[in-house]
Amino acid sequence: MAALATGELTPSERVPTSFQRKVPGGGGSRLAILPGTRPSVRHGQLLLSSGLPSLDCVLGGGLAVGTLLLIEEDTYGIYSSLLFKHFLAEGIVCGHNLFIASAKEEPADILKELPSPFLNTSVSAMEEEEAAMKGKQESMKIAWRYQNIQTLEVTQNTSSKFGHYFDLSKPLASELIQNIGCHGFFLSEETALCPDMNSCNMASGYSRLLHSIQKVIYQEGFDGSIPQKAQRNILRIGIQSLGSVLWGDDICCNENPQNIHSLTRFLYVLRGLLRTSLSACIITIPSHLIQNKAIMERVTNLSDTVVGLESFIGSERETNPLYKDYHGLIHIRQIPRLNSFNCNVSDMKDLAFRLRRKLFVIERLHLPPDLSDTVSRTSKQDLAESTKLLSSGCSAMAIGKKHLDF
Amino acid sequence: MFAELSELLGDSVERPQQGKLTLLGATKTDASFLVHHFLSFYLKAGCKVCFVAFLQSFSHYNIVAQKLGLGLTTAKERGQLVFLEGLKVARDVLFSKRQESAEPHPFQFISGDGSNLRGLHDFVRTALSPAVGGDSWKCPVLIVDDLSVLLSLGVKPTDVLDFVHYCRVTVNSLLKGNAVVMVRGSDDSEDEENELLAKALRYQSSRILWAEGLATGFCKDVHGQLTIVCRSSWEEKAERELQQVYQYKIQDRNVSFFARGMSVAVL
Repeated sequence: MAALATGELTPSERVPTSFQRKVPGGGGSRLAILPGTRPSVRHGQLLLSSGLPSLDCVLGGGLAVGTLLLIEEDTYGIYSSLLFKHFLAEGIVCGHNLFIASAKEEPADILKELPSPFLNTSVSAMEEEEAAMKGKQESMKIAWRYQNIQTLEVTQNTSSKFGHYFDLSKPLASELIQNIGCHGFFLSEETALCPDMNSCNMASGYSRLLHSIQKVIYQEGFDGSIPQKAQRNILRIGIQSLGSVLWGDDICCNENPQNIHSLTRFLYVLRGLLRTSLSACIITIPSHLIQNKAIMERVTNLSDTVVGLESFIGSERETNPLYKDYHGLIHIRQIPRLNSFNCNVSDMKDLAFRLRRKLFVIERLHLPPDLSDTVSRTSKQDLAESTKLLSSGCSAMAIGKKHLDF
Repeated sequence: MFAELSELLGDSVERPQQGKLTLLGATKTDASFLVHHFLSFYLKAGCKVCFVAFLQSFSHYNIVAQKLGLGLTTAKERGQLVFLEGLKVARDVLFSKRQESAEPHPFQFISGDGSNLRGLHDFVRTALSPAVGGDSWKCPVLIVDDLSVLLSLGVKPTDVLDFVHYCRVTVNSLLKGNAVVMVRGSDDSEDEENELLAKALRYQSSRILWAEGLATGFCKDVHGQLTIVCRSSWEEKAERELQQVYQYKIQDRNVSFFARGMSVAVL
């Protein structure tokens, strides 16, 4: 009887029995009820998904609230912008508020290009959609339900799940976007307004952005230090291509830029803002363009999680048969130590990413399987022969000539 | 506080050494466990501690200290610990409406108006100078977590060195206390200012603890290598080796140290 009654009660009013289970979010912390988050087993911090479950796994479960994820862009910025969009799309699916800052694209345009989530939850079903025909009826029903139900319902339904898979071929439904509190910061629009801008000797774009973020955090109640009665939510901040020329910074064009400290100073204050608020931030930065490498070292030290992308486009690895399954490598440069002096580094260090038809995934890098003699695949055979050539060395010059002679 | 490390250093909680500058360094790894060690060591020893934390928030240090069996909040309430949280103060300086107060703010330099670290030094001095009534704490201690951050905030290396010098005069010489500062640095770094700072501090300090990641890369059972250089006076020198190298493994609540190549996983 009592057990039935507890189902309706809120966790704090629960009848005390001797067999109470410690439920995360049930006891002291009210924060854990927030949609799309889960408490970390390791350090007790709330975790958010980065939008890519495979990346969450590598980063030790997800991004902690109040931390900064820095993405070093790949040469053409293709894959880093995918990561950026996944992070924002995950926020929309979980019902989080967004703050999008860019100097290149209008935030509204970025919103339009976000990928749509796979709502049937199992990954295997998604990988082999045709095979999973029998589950189609149910999945259709779920999808149909999501379209008509209020967003609040959607967040409650999906919040039980942490991290979604996204379909890159479909844009996110605009109904979902409309119900989300979204703040845009487009640098060229902002240049007209804003009063005292020389308050901190930074490049003016950074200073404006900081003030804008600070305003959102304090006015919309994401500030963690002030206790509030109202329903709380997470703010996801996305800043695109920070440090590029469009932000009015010269670190990309000059080895000894005029305001060498403005980017690092910006990051320090931003980190201070994030630490006391219910927010998480993703920043992509064109690190290969920054001339002075000392800046990049300092930027890395000032951010929490740092992930570098290296795409194969344009490099000789693109055609290398060893890498033919992948589109690039991903380097986990830094994982934060939060509330402990020990960080959970995963054993995997060699990671690669791959863009499938619909899905962007991060996998452990492995070499293609060694094919036996019976299998005849031309590229593999070529590869095998070329390695044979290498190993046989100088004495096999004659054989080598035969190969080169056409 | 890690008992093994204090044993290696020859420190004891009952009788901490006085008048020393300890330099903590990190190359390609994170040596924050050393900061946590010294913070909890000096708090346990009953010293008055002024902790200037640039890198992390108070709650982070507090939770880690709790793992080591210390409450920073109670230490703060008792007046044993003075904590300056850089992240919070910097934010307050930038976003506050500018009221022209008479005394300079300890973090005034972040606003980039060319002011130096004098405000910060004044803060340290007032925090550590003994109260009029006389309190029961032992020697005062200054701990700074990562001076390299100051360079990122636009302070010139010479200004940082001036700050360290003034702090040494106040803390080490006048108050007969200790100072513990942390820097980052590596040999192949292109950050020349930071290298200059690290070099100058190595020259001044009486004890150096330098943590490095393993040259061969990440390892699950050995997290890094700690070099301890004690610059002792000549009569002590005979007793102990000048430079000791250990490898360490960070565990959940402790750090274990062992001689090179003597990891449990290897043996």
